[in-house]
Amino acid sequence: MRYAETGYNLEIDLATGNIERVETDPKMTELHLGGLGTSVKLHWDRVPPETKAFDPENLLIFSSGILNGTPAFSANRTVVTFYSPQSDLLAYPMMGGFWSAELKYAGYDKVIFRNKSPKWVYIWINNDKVEIRDAEHLKGRGALETQDLVRKELNQPNAQVAAIGLAGENKCFTASIEQSRSSASRLGGGAVMGDKKIKAVAVRGTKDVNLARGAEFMEHMKGVMEYINFRNTNPIQDVMTILSGIGSPQEMVHTDEKWHTENFMWGNARTRRRGFWDEHISKEWPRVQKEGIKRLISCFNCPQHCGALISYKDTPRYMAKCFGKLTYAMAAYVDNMDFAWRTLQRATEYGMDSFSTPQIIAFGIELYEAGILTDNDFKGAPTDKEGRFVWLLDRVARREGIGDVLADGVYYAARKIGNGAEAFDHNTIKKHEQLPLKLSTLDPLYFLMYSTNEKISITQIEGNWPQAAFPTAEQRERFVKDWPQLPDEKWKQILLEWEPRGEKGIPYFPTPDMCSEIVDWMEMLHNIDDACCVCAGMSSFCLKPPYHIHNYPKIISAATGLDLDEAGLKKIVNRSRNLHRALNNRRGMTRADEKPPADHWKRRFPELEEELLSTYYKFKGWNNNGIPTRERLEELDLGYVAEDLEKRGILKDGKN
Amino acid sequence: MAKIKKTIKTIKVDADKCNGCRGCEIICSSFHATPKYSSVNPARSRIQIIRHPLKDIWLPVFAGEYAPAECMGRDKYVIDGKEYEECAFCRAVCPSRDLFKEPDSGLPLKCDMCEGEEEGPLCVRWCLNNVLTYEEREEEVEEQAEMAEMEIGLESLINKYGLGKVADTVARMTQKN
Ligand code: SF4
Ligand code: SF4
Ligand code: SF4
Repeated sequence: MRYAETGYNLEIDLATGNIERVETDPKMTELHLGGLGTSVKLHWDRVPPETKAFDPENLLIFSSGILNGTPAFSANRTVVTFYSPQSDLLAYPMMGGFWSAELKYAGYDKVIFRNKSPKWVYIWINNDKVEIRDAEHLKGRGALETQDLVRKELNQPNAQVAAIGLAGENKCFTASIEQSRSSASRLGGGAVMGDKKIKAVAVRGTKDVNLARGAEFMEHMKGVMEYINFRNTNPIQDVMTILSGIGSPQEMVHTDEKWHTENFMWGNARTRRRGFWDEHISKEWPRVQKEGIKRLISCFNCPQHCGALISYKDTPRYMAKCFGKLTYAMAAYVDNMDFAWRTLQRATEYGMDSFSTPQIIAFGIELYEAGILTDNDFKGAPTDKEGRFVWLLDRVARREGIGDVLADGVYYAARKIGNGAEAFDHNTIKKHEQLPLKLSTLDPLYFLMYSTNEKISITQIEGNWPQAAFPTAEQRERFVKDWPQLPDEKWKQILLEWEPRGEKGIPYFPTPDMCSEIVDWMEMLHNIDDACCVCAGMSSFCLKPPYHIHNYPKIISAATGLDLDEAGLKKIVNRSRNLHRALNNRRGMTRADEKPPADHWKRRFPELEEELLSTYYKFKGWNNNGIPTRERLEELDLGYVAEDLEKRGILKDGKN
Repeated sequence: MAKIKKTIKTIKVDADKCNGCRGCEIICSSFHATPKYSSVNPARSRIQIIRHPLKDIWLPVFAGEYAPAECMGRDKYVIDGKEYEECAFCRAVCPSRDLFKEPDSGLPLKCDMCEGEEEGPLCVRWCLNNVLTYEEREEEVEEQAEMAEMEIGLESLINKYGLGKVADTVARMTQKN
């Protein structure tokens, strides 16, 4: 019997309509665990590196993780993997919600799509019965609307449905996959789904997921539960509210947005508006936020309240989470929350990433104001900034006129438009729009995170280490006192010595060696979450989380029957992480690509930055070009990867 | 029949606090697995969350009595401007739908208040949003035949014919109805 996992994948060839239930090799679980880990392996093995996002060979994989469907709190991520049309690398956006557990109960760990369907279809997975169904009648429907239409058509109120909207149908590079209150948003998964002509994937399962040592597993869960209760009643002191609790950012609960609105940039990551959160706004925005929220909701098996059902005035109902509540208003320089709720509804039904999309539109409007785009491009646009912004959003989702160019994202649009537009592309890394943040002094930890992670999106790399030094020694003492999640006591000393400025402050402290260890640790935690499909909000993305390196091996062992200790678990995720890197190296990624935008910090330190990167590469076992060495690969049982990289001339003499 | 004193065990549901996480379904189904906690399957849970997210319905419902036939008259409810069939929130194990039936055998499920668990109902403890509150009260009731009788009856059938056969027959009958 297989434990925690089902031991079966669903293989669907969209061109022929062939559907197969394929037993997986238990050895793969031992080597890569599950979720992102085993998915990376499939992409490495089965998709040639020359494959482009919209080639039929590009695999689109919806995967559960090793802990989905078990009683592990907050294990509800679905990780979607594909070669991205935007970065041209292996992307892995994740969504919360309810889909992956349902897939497990239907008896599958992953759904693997290959080739393209000749006409619009949706997939219906109901335990052993799997059908490809006609979806021509759903074409043009909203991403959220489609989920209910599919449930109704199937007469299956409990089916979980992931769907794309118009943006996905039109292969916009920022198209998301929407599901319940969640979405897999970044890097164009919706576009790849649209390219394959899959409008939706619906799943319902009523089978068992087995646990190897259930009683022991529940004992560990009791501990996790107690800690969740403890953290929910004892927020961390001395940090801003948004960082004080557990869960993904509690953006639906919290109404005080002084920090986001005054520290994040408005427009095309352009303007910082100090003093924005004034007397009037600080009453008005919370009022409108509360007016829109009908109920606070969670993902599968999670006690938190990161999401909300939004029922705002005459706007059709939808569900929201996270920072999406602010991104559209801030990108449009619109000082009211009414605009935010309305625009987010529209964008959610279109199925668009609410981080990238607002920046793309703000970028378009900047180009217009700079005279690079003309009245001709904006023919028919309203003249007020609200109307113009929404008009452009519509053009992008529909790929009409200038919207067609912008729909490829800032990087490609800038190059297509030319005429100086490239200079306005000032917030992308590896062709992908980043958080709208512009800061003063280089932060060595963030420099490494921005530059090197395969996620290409900072929010999914950081987490366990405080974002900044605590101002007073007393605060530092308080923070380290109760920090069981740390892998090593010696790190407490780093935090105690770390000061906001001066010799023991950024950019020179923590030192490159310390930074390497800390960043590697944070990244590793994310990779464990990604293999388990546990929400990073309850683990790697927050300070002092319920899941950490000391309890994870026990939890995973009790669930799967694998006998894992900390070193064993680390080795597995390092293996998958290095395979992922090699895969991206094989697609052309090198050191030259690993750099944050030039204006991300005002004060840059080129020599130090090079030293940071070189030190970190070395720590990782990568050569100076950011490619895993043969030695490192062999250590991780990835000799076959070294061979492949050498054969292609990517890895030379086992070193460069 | 004579009046007797009886401890009524109830779980109070404060549905407004429910965030729809389905944690209660998970713990109920794993507690009732054999061996205990060896598997999870919310479809076997004796509590089910009736979910209509966009209609703002997240309603925990406990498996109630077995109903041999479906109701004759069915009322309608209007909540938050939306209309629902009465069946939408009913806790009976009824031939008109699959709710509260073992997915493989079709046998009825019933909330047993986690019999045998010293610390009381698991779903109550596992719901971290305080939606579910366990309450006990004494009541004078007519002495009457308990549902447990059906279980005894079933057990005798199972002893005689084996679980598989009984399950198959029930499943077949359910389908016919
Ligand atoms: S912490 Fe928030 S985002 Fe994470 S699983 Fe829970 S409800 Fe979902
Ligand atoms: S565990 Fe509580 S909050 Fe979660 S679905 Fe059940 S009743 Fe609702
Ligand atoms: S009280 Fe026990 S048997 Fe009843 S629904 Fe809750 S967990 Fe299930």
